[in-house]
Amino acid sequence: MLNKMSQQLDFLQRSLDLRAARAEVIAGNIANADTPGYKAVDFDFAKALQAQTSQQNGSLGMALTDSRHLNGRGSQAAGGELQYRSAVQRSIDGNSVDMDIERAAYTDNALKYQSTLTFLGRRISGLMDAIKGGQ
Amino acid sequence: MSLSNVFNIAGSAMTAQSMRLNLVASNIANAESSTSSTGEPYRARHAVFTATPVKADVPQVAGVRVTAVEEDTSPFRMKYQPGHPLADENGYVKMSNVNLVEEMADMISASRSYQTNVEIVNTAKTLLQKTLQLGQ
Repeated sequence: MLNKMSQQLDFLQRSLDLRAARAEVIAGNIANADTPGYKAVDFDFAKALQAQTSQQNGSLGMALTDSRHLNGRGSQAAGGELQYRSAVQRSIDGNSVDMDIERAAYTDNALKYQSTLTFLGRRISGLMDAIKGGQ
Repeated sequence: MSLSNVFNIAGSAMTAQSMRLNLVASNIANAESSTSSTGEPYRARHAVFTATPVKADVPQVAGVRVTAVEEDTSPFRMKYQPGHPLADENGYVKMSNVNLVEEMADMISASRSYQTNVEIVNTAKTLLQKTLQLGQ
């Protein structure tokens, strides 16, 4: 039963972790908008989430020797494989940060973080309803 | 906590940009200085930004730091002013090599970058607050 509950929350929790990691990456890009030679990086969110959810029983996981054991997993570093963004307009100092793209990506990421939070909140209140039996 | 790192990154950028803004102020204030403590006219100063990783395992994710303040090596501006006490035999005075147009552009760039980073911090703050209220 507990296992089922954690499964319900697991996906959204991983998704939140990744969103936070992406916010960090994009904040780094924006911070370095004026650093000569800095190359903007980002990761593919969908791919990273897929990789995280498919590795649920990864090598760091604890062995389950009884069906009543909790599914103990080692926490992996959140974040996908970082790739350099291809610059639309190169600047002469070798910096490839495009402020418009980064701002848009950051806002988009923040909005999706909030949506995931809402989904998670609803799921929690749904589970609470189930626990209380509608009382 | 990944989102807390956003504060470090954007904070480092704000520090760096305000330092750049300080240098611009110093340059503009001294645009007409024909002498200084070194005896030479004032040389424009520029900040050197360097990306500094916030986490050892992902060096690509970086904040920013001012690692050096370099003096502009471009030649001094020669101003014809025969009555000036520092004028040479031809009547020219060596003035600072500050380029006001460049400085103004630099100032706008620095202030825009600073504003952007403030917004980044604000957004991250909102996200963290909402996360704290999760499940209530």
